[in-house]
Amino acid sequence: MRIRPLVRLLTVAAASTLAFTACSSSSSDTTAAPASTETSAADTAANASGTADTVAAGNEAAAGIKAPNLPMATEIGAGEGQLNLIAWPGYTEKDWVTPFETASGCKVNVKAGNTSDEMVQLIKTGEYDAVSASGDASLRLIAAGDVAPVNTDLLKDYADVFDGLKNKPWNSVGGKAYGVPHGRGANLLMYNTDTVTPAPDSWSVVFDAASPYKGKVTAYDTPIYIADAALYLMKTKPELGITNPYALDESQLAAAVDLLNVQKSLVSEYWSDYLKQLSAFKAGSMVIGTAWQVTANTAIADGQKVAVVKPKEGSTGWSDTWMIAAKAKNPNCAYLWMDYIISPQANAMATEYFGEAPANKKACALTKDKNHCTTFHADDEAYFADIWYWTTPTKDCLDGRGPKCVDYAGWTKAWTELKG
Amino acid sequence: MSTASKGIARAFARRRWAQLTVLLGAPLAWLVVIYIGALGALLLTSFYSLDSFTFTVVKKAGLQNFRELLDVSVYRRVALRTLTVALAVTVIDVALALPIAFYLAKVATPRIRRILAVAITLPLWASYLVKAYAWRTFLDPEGGLLRKVFGLSPGFGLPAMVLVLGYLWLPYAILPIYAGLERLPDSLLEASSDLGGRAGATFRSVVIPLLLPALLAASIFTFSLSLGDYITVGIVGGKTQMIGNVIYANFGVNNVPFAAAFAVVPMLIMVVYLLVVRRSGALENL
Amino acid sequence: MQLSTAARRLLAALAAFVMVFLYAPIAYVVLLSFNKTRSIIFDGFTTEWWTKTFHNEEVRTALAGSVKTALVATSLALILGTLASLAVHRFEFFGRDAVSFAVILPIALPGIVTGIALNSAFRRILGWRLGFVTLVVAHTTFCIVVVFNNVVARLRRLPGNLAEASSDLGADPFQTFRHVTFPLLRSALVAGGLLAFALSFDEIVVTTFTAGAGISTLPQFILGNYSRPNNLPIVNVVAVTVLVLSLVPAWLAQRLTDA
Repeated sequence: MRIRPLVRLLTVAAASTLAFTACSSSSSDTTAAPASTETSAADTAANASGTADTVAAGNEAAAGIKAPNLPMATEIGAGEGQLNLIAWPGYTEKDWVTPFETASGCKVNVKAGNTSDEMVQLIKTGEYDAVSASGDASLRLIAAGDVAPVNTDLLKDYADVFDGLKNKPWNSVGGKAYGVPHGRGANLLMYNTDTVTPAPDSWSVVFDAASPYKGKVTAYDTPIYIADAALYLMKTKPELGITNPYALDESQLAAAVDLLNVQKSLVSEYWSDYLKQLSAFKAGSMVIGTAWQVTANTAIADGQKVAVVKPKEGSTGWSDTWMIAAKAKNPNCAYLWMDYIISPQANAMATEYFGEAPANKKACALTKDKNHCTTFHADDEAYFADIWYWTTPTKDCLDGRGPKCVDYAGWTKAWTELKG
Repeated sequence: MSTASKGIARAFARRRWAQLTVLLGAPLAWLVVIYIGALGALLLTSFYSLDSFTFTVVKKAGLQNFRELLDVSVYRRVALRTLTVALAVTVIDVALALPIAFYLAKVATPRIRRILAVAITLPLWASYLVKAYAWRTFLDPEGGLLRKVFGLSPGFGLPAMVLVLGYLWLPYAILPIYAGLERLPDSLLEASSDLGGRAGATFRSVVIPLLLPALLAASIFTFSLSLGDYITVGIVGGKTQMIGNVIYANFGVNNVPFAAAFAVVPMLIMVVYLLVVRRSGALENL
Repeated sequence: MQLSTAARRLLAALAAFVMVFLYAPIAYVVLLSFNKTRSIIFDGFTTEWWTKTFHNEEVRTALAGSVKTALVATSLALILGTLASLAVHRFEFFGRDAVSFAVILPIALPGIVTGIALNSAFRRILGWRLGFVTLVVAHTTFCIVVVFNNVVARLRRLPGNLAEASSDLGADPFQTFRHVTFPLLRSALVAGGLLAFALSFDEIVVTTFTAGAGISTLPQFILGNYSRPNNLPIVNVVAVTVLVLSLVPAWLAQRLTDA
């Protein structure tokens, strides 16, 4: 009796799978997180959301994540000659990278990440030394032990960093800093000034079913955008009890998704790279929606008639943190880089190019456009008071309610269901 | 050659199994250990789950991912949608490939044949991404070329996706069909018309049956390339999503178990399809 | 088959339509490479992007990376593919069908499945770091089938008893291969190799999941640049250049498959 080819193939497959998994080296995935950093009430207050009007976490246990106990550098040694970075496109242009390479001797190789998820994946490969992580990636990286705490005492310009960016929920755990801020920016409402009149001042124009721009709205194509809907609900439907747009339990998440479903009927396309958004605005298939200042700047430079506004409900925002990989092969160069990127001149160049507020107070005097800091509200803490920075949603609610919130994997599934 | 090595060579010649081992050993080891092993491991991972606190994979085996795939309706919809798109792309590509392949194989002069054959494979060397973005400018519903020239455009969405995917994989469809038609002896076609068959009947009862393996080979490419695509969807797909996007998104948040579970769907479809078309000899025509 | 002139004309017209369809977007890309602004909508003519591209270091690195990867992957695929096809063609053995099946799988399964399977296997199970090696391994795996198919097709067309005749004349298998089989296979190997090279050169999906920090390929460069409007037109220039340069290998591959 002949054994059919499929059975042979399956037998071979099964045998090789067993061989494979038997030979598996123990990876960092399955080790349980070692003793978490315990927190005191003072630290907990520091962990509360970075905005002025939130419910103080008070004396409750640390919300969010447990960070594994990883060692922190005690001194910056000699540069290793090389530095592998993962960065947002536009964060590492030649203008400020070349002076760093000359001064430190660290040759910089940059891998551009288009989304936070991509960056998380890249850091996990162990091939990179530092990453400019947004808040929706940073906590994941800290929790998984992919990044190490940063000894900010070793960085000479850290003292000049705006207080509004230090020890924030997305870049520190238990009072330990896990990186240095690159800058900060808000997700703004961009609109075509010819077709959108009067000038909008509320997110209702992209969430209201009766919006006059139905069919030409756009939104950011990533699960973290759910927070934008949650933020709108926070202001318009306080009965839902949302106090932090990144801390949503099942019913709050469902409400946000319902709102997004309404929005979906208004949307022409979701944008995932800002080129798509630019070309769509130019062609006219998008006239209003979430965008970054840099998108607007590029569009205006190309002759388009657009403007941006921060609506009255506030907005979500981002502050990217340069974090050092736990398995960095060039840790000294990484520290030298962190030191450099927050130095006034470099920080001014980098944030002016990208279109965000700098992290270092002294950078404001050095930008080419003397109004740069004013445009981006760099030292206007009141402006950032109603900006909710991207933070990774975790099961342990970020507003301190305990483990009843939906984590980012759940947000991803909700987003899949929304897209349908 | 020294006497010793000659002796080895002769001993080798006598033992067929030794020859087979040497020939087959390396490639088989490579494919089985690296590829099939990786697939098997992926399958295994689909039974694990993601820890909510550390965002890492935990080896607690269970059917939770598959149950979720079956319970939540969006995954069925996405799978069905992707399958439909892949089928549509295959049908369109084969329909477009047949006339040009036939022209090339039976009608064109040798010089034209050589030029066109190169011209058909050349687009495969132009970047996939660049071609897809070019289509984006064609298809834009407001300011795109199609709108400007023809007054209307399918816009972004499923029809656009089928169009662009069909465009991208067309050379992969033309080549095997052309090769198959080349192998078709002219004498058969002449005999058919001698027996009274007109072009249409000849085509239906002689050409297509003999061409079936080549047609199926073409379909394997178009089908599998469309089934897993997630990049073109993002460029011209509008608000829609396909299997590839869901896998990519979940893999991106390190939910490898769930991504793996959903990846089982296209894997299963292709394996079943391959087994079914194997009997027709399509696999030799790839 | 007697085709009426009308039928011939129709076929020619359809063929022409398909060629126009194939080349319209490519023509647009050529146009865009001379675009004045950085968007994907044509605004005016300039040659500045062409000069910028040739001075761009990233492009050169990415191009070198792609060529390196494709060369190594193709070489390995040539060896493994030839070995496998000789085995499958010459011998009847337990699991022969399964081997042909296994060879085809890497190219028949969608790239994302191959990508996440290999990524998962390399990183989580074997604990390797991603890099040039993992990328080459991945590319070789799906290039094997291209070589395999070409060689098997050629072996089938060869007279069946050449190898026998050679051994009757006293040659051992190595000599037979060197003096009889290989010369006959040569053009199939080159054709298969060229096709494999093309496949590896433009591959983006599996590359995304298996390339490490040290290596950057052209498709990765292009993908990354779609997020950076400042560099966008360079991408179009690169695409056009690659297309023009690939006329030679494409023509060569065609000549050899015909022979």
